[in-house]
Amino acid sequence: MNRLIYLDHAATTATRPEVVEAMLPYFTENYGNPSSVYKFSNASKDAIVNARETIAKSLNAEAKDIYFTAGGSESDNWALKETARVYKTKGKHIITSAIEHHAILHTCEFLEKEGFEVTYVGVDENGIIKMDELKKAIRPDTILISVMFANNEIGTIQPIKEIGAIAREKGILFHTDAVQAYGQLPIDVEELNIDMLSASGHKLNGPKGIGFLYIRKGIKIRNLIHGGGQERARRAGTENVPGIVGLGMAVEIAVNTMSDRAKYETNLRNYLIDRVLSEIPYTRLNGDRNKRLPNNVNFSFQFIEGESLLIMLDMAGICGSSGSACTSGSLDPSHVLLGIGLPHEIAHGSLRLTLGDENTKEELDYVIEKLKEIVQKLRDMSPLYEDFIKKNR
Amino acid sequence: MYSEKVMDHFQNPRNVGEIENASGVGTVGNAKCGDIMRIYFDIDDNQVIQDVKFKTFGCGAAVATSSMATELVKGKTIYEALEVTNKAVMEALDGLPPVKVHCSLLAEEAIHAALWDYAEKNGIKIEGLEKPKSDISEHEEEEDY
Repeated sequence: MNRLIYLDHAATTATRPEVVEAMLPYFTENYGNPSSVYKFSNASKDAIVNARETIAKSLNAEAKDIYFTAGGSESDNWALKETARVYKTKGKHIITSAIEHHAILHTCEFLEKEGFEVTYVGVDENGIIKMDELKKAIRPDTILISVMFANNEIGTIQPIKEIGAIAREKGILFHTDAVQAYGQLPIDVEELNIDMLSASGHKLNGPKGIGFLYIRKGIKIRNLIHGGGQERARRAGTENVPGIVGLGMAVEIAVNTMSDRAKYETNLRNYLIDRVLSEIPYTRLNGDRNKRLPNNVNFSFQFIEGESLLIMLDMAGICGSSGSACTSGSLDPSHVLLGIGLPHEIAHGSLRLTLGDENTKEELDYVIEKLKEIVQKLRDMSPLYEDFIKKNR
Repeated sequence: MYSEKVMDHFQNPRNVGEIENASGVGTVGNAKCGDIMRIYFDIDDNQVIQDVKFKTFGCGAAVATSSMATELVKGKTIYEALEVTNKAVMEALDGLPPVKVHCSLLAEEAIHAALWDYAEKNGIKIEGLEKPKSDISEHEEEEDY
């Protein structure tokens, strides 16, 4: 059995052949440094201008407000640390959610060590931020709210428009980590009152090692890298021209195919959810049934542990991911699954499957059959299942 | 990540199951940490482990160490079984990744817990056997700046 069914698109995606094609000349032919004066480097310069415009258009933003970075984590770090350090004269309080990506959470912990105070607003059982808690958390010294657009583990889409409106009304900066959502959901930074937005290339069939931070004009932020004048001197260093070209091309394709992909993947997603929930007992869907990314599925299978499940799926040629402690290298399962109120043992038995537009219904049929076998096999060797069956005999 | 032996014992675990009216049963670990092992012994009048079965909730290493531990004690006397250490289990599996060493400790502890249960049921004392801890966890965090 040599088949490979890739269902981990939230981890990373294949770079589309058109994207690679677009990038190649910028390694070999048009390798000129965009900062150079001679005409030879114009191709590199133009390529960056074009990619920046494509991205700006996709967000209804100004091109000069798009800053290329090495990816989502860098964008998140920059947005939080370097605005906090400027606005600390106004206040030292930051609000975020309890289920952010670690690029946000660990940055917040770092800022706490620097004397900032952070409120981690809780989420409901579906992973949607508690708006009343968020409103109550706002203080006169709150300088920044950072809430992810959609969650990377359970796919829950947050009420970004509502949060943006509140932040705007209160004069608080609003950042969103849109790494999972960008390219899957339409985003308009004007309509949603987003001041800063992080995104990454490799989540939308672009290359790895490239991303961007949108920074609305007028926001004060310290420079991330000091050096030359690249990225308006805010993030110095010779541009990753092939990466930028690839990101631009990936965004163009993502925007053009967004509604078709969303329809296709939502159908597949619902098919997978419905069949697994009805055919595998003691299984729950984590995250909101409807307010979730088109490609995200996250189950908890009671009485079994996620890493065992992943290894067995891998042996069947299926790539997935889990929020179990064993996969995170710590003893605690995913903070997102604990955040939505799951007990530890249920969180340990989680499985995330994230779809891409190359996945087919036939593949999912195979996955469902394998899942049924594997879950049963693991339950048959689980003392928790044994106890449960004896109790309910 | 795992040795071939670990993968073999994970894919084809030996001695999975239960023993009705077992001479001794030991359950260790907790669901919170994601590992629970239960070992059943059938011990004859000569204190020889005639049969052994296990059930495990846990990662690949937890299943493999349980499987190997049962293999190592099968046919042994209770005193020989007491000598089966986590190190022996790890060596028999050609090693474990550092983050999975606690799984082998859990396997050793599960053997001890089943022996303890056997001793209690029969009102005997097994020299060198201490009351097992019910929970084993290691947690080390690196300080970051």
